[in-house]
Amino acid sequence: MINLNDIMETINMISEENLDIRTVTMGISLLDCADSDAKAACDKIYNKITRLAGNLVKVGEDIEGQYGIPIINKRISVTPIAMLVAASGGDPVLYAKTLQRAADATGVNFIGGYSALVHKGFSAGDEALIRSIPEALSVTNNICSSVNIGSTKSGINMDAVKLMGQIVRQAAEITADRDCIGCAKLVVFCNAVEDNPFMAGAFHGIGEPDCVVHVGVSGPGVVQAALKKCPDGDLGQLAEIIKRTAFKITRMGQLVGTEASRRLNVPFGIVDLSLAPTPAVGDSVAHILEEMGLETCGTHGTTAALAMLNDAVKKGGVMASSSVGGLSGAFIPVSEDAGMIASARSGDLELSKLEAMTAVCSVGLDMIVIPGETPAEVISAIIADEAAIGMVNSKTTAVRVIPAIGKKVGEELEFGGLLGSGPIMKVNLNKSPKKFIDRAGRIPAPLQSLKN
Amino acid sequence: MKTVVSVIGKDAVGIISQVSAVCSECNANIVDITQSVLQDMFVMVMLTEISELKCTFAEFSDKMKALGEKNSLDIRVMHEDIFNSMHRI
Repeated sequence: MINLNDIMETINMISEENLDIRTVTMGISLLDCADSDAKAACDKIYNKITRLAGNLVKVGEDIEGQYGIPIINKRISVTPIAMLVAASGGDPVLYAKTLQRAADATGVNFIGGYSALVHKGFSAGDEALIRSIPEALSVTNNICSSVNIGSTKSGINMDAVKLMGQIVRQAAEITADRDCIGCAKLVVFCNAVEDNPFMAGAFHGIGEPDCVVHVGVSGPGVVQAALKKCPDGDLGQLAEIIKRTAFKITRMGQLVGTEASRRLNVPFGIVDLSLAPTPAVGDSVAHILEEMGLETCGTHGTTAALAMLNDAVKKGGVMASSSVGGLSGAFIPVSEDAGMIASARSGDLELSKLEAMTAVCSVGLDMIVIPGETPAEVISAIIADEAAIGMVNSKTTAVRVIPAIGKKVGEELEFGGLLGSGPIMKVNLNKSPKKFIDRAGRIPAPLQSLKN
Repeated sequence: MKTVVSVIGKDAVGIISQVSAVCSECNANIVDITQSVLQDMFVMVMLTEISELKCTFAEFSDKMKALGEKNSLDIRVMHEDIFNSMHRI
């Protein structure tokens, strides 16, 4: 018989500490759907997605029932659509509408992959797709878009960075009547990963199999609760507790992933070992950092605490899963984390500190609401800064900022659901980076030795 | 296939009998049973063999849940693998 305390611990994690599987994401390759006729390509896409993922939501719900663990999202990631646009030409928005139809038919929460990979330059289809992103995000509800503009091996494509500053602004403007929601579904990457199950940045990389199932776990509340039981331990002890907790969380992800793979008859891809917060109380990464001893997230020491948390999560999780991938680490999306929202509201958490935190956490500047007056070149410069951190440190970084059109610092945007609400954060608008951004071109790839 | 039926709540007369009745109704064989009082809460855990279940797993689970709601108890039915995978290497 299983130990009674172990059973109680698991039940407590689920019922009191918000432990859940954040997402089961099916990756589907659309390369075989490419066609010189866009309409024919869209028909093939719709048929392939509905054929492979028709059962995804039901299987997810069945697994929830059998194991008693909530699976919050069922999602799909697809081959970057720019590759299909390359073959067909025409209006890329047609593809976005097709993906939306497929999302409605399968009942999934999101489809990610309205994407382009332009870290070294634009190929056919890329620029057309990027320019269509604002419209595509405006006419669809469940489609997510991402653009990779840099990598450690190729440097940063500053032409793309310049363009993305404008695209982010346009996506906000075109959805200004809906709290600028377009930007919440758009992420700009450096070193994007091919097997990410999390939105908005999920796409199905070209090195992936035809169809695969990934799992993203969650559980900041469980880590916080575990740390609470050790109020006086030193940091080494805290790291041990985080590792042990991450192990347990990840084992759950591995179990669900294996089971989903078996039931869907699709190979199992990876478990993304992420601490993904939600706006719910008791599900916050910021509160873990505060439990570690910071008076508030954003004060001095936050980067060090986050670095330790991020590393310990990976160390604990790696042993628990047969295959780890995706973004793996602690997410710090401001509007989706009750503790971050509070720190941003009180002014204790600033953009510059968040930027430093992104050097040691799993992704980047995520779900940050900035003033509506922020010009495109400043958004581009924010993207460039963040990409530089990722490029030099050989890690994934990303920018998902939301210019709050018509609003100023002190006001808030309310997205609802998992996306939460975000206070508008201060951006340096006094001095302009315009000339630097207008130079465009490419920042060469960095040296990989002589590291200091 | 084995499943863990856990019952958490205020202690009262007849809890085990009612949970067992649902097991019997659905043809779930009780393999092991343990109970304790943790932090003033009555906790009972039952390991049941459900390969010969007369109804579907979901129906079994729903019946237990309904019984829990009727008696202000938290009754959950979870496959044993979740505990094994989480707590055993």
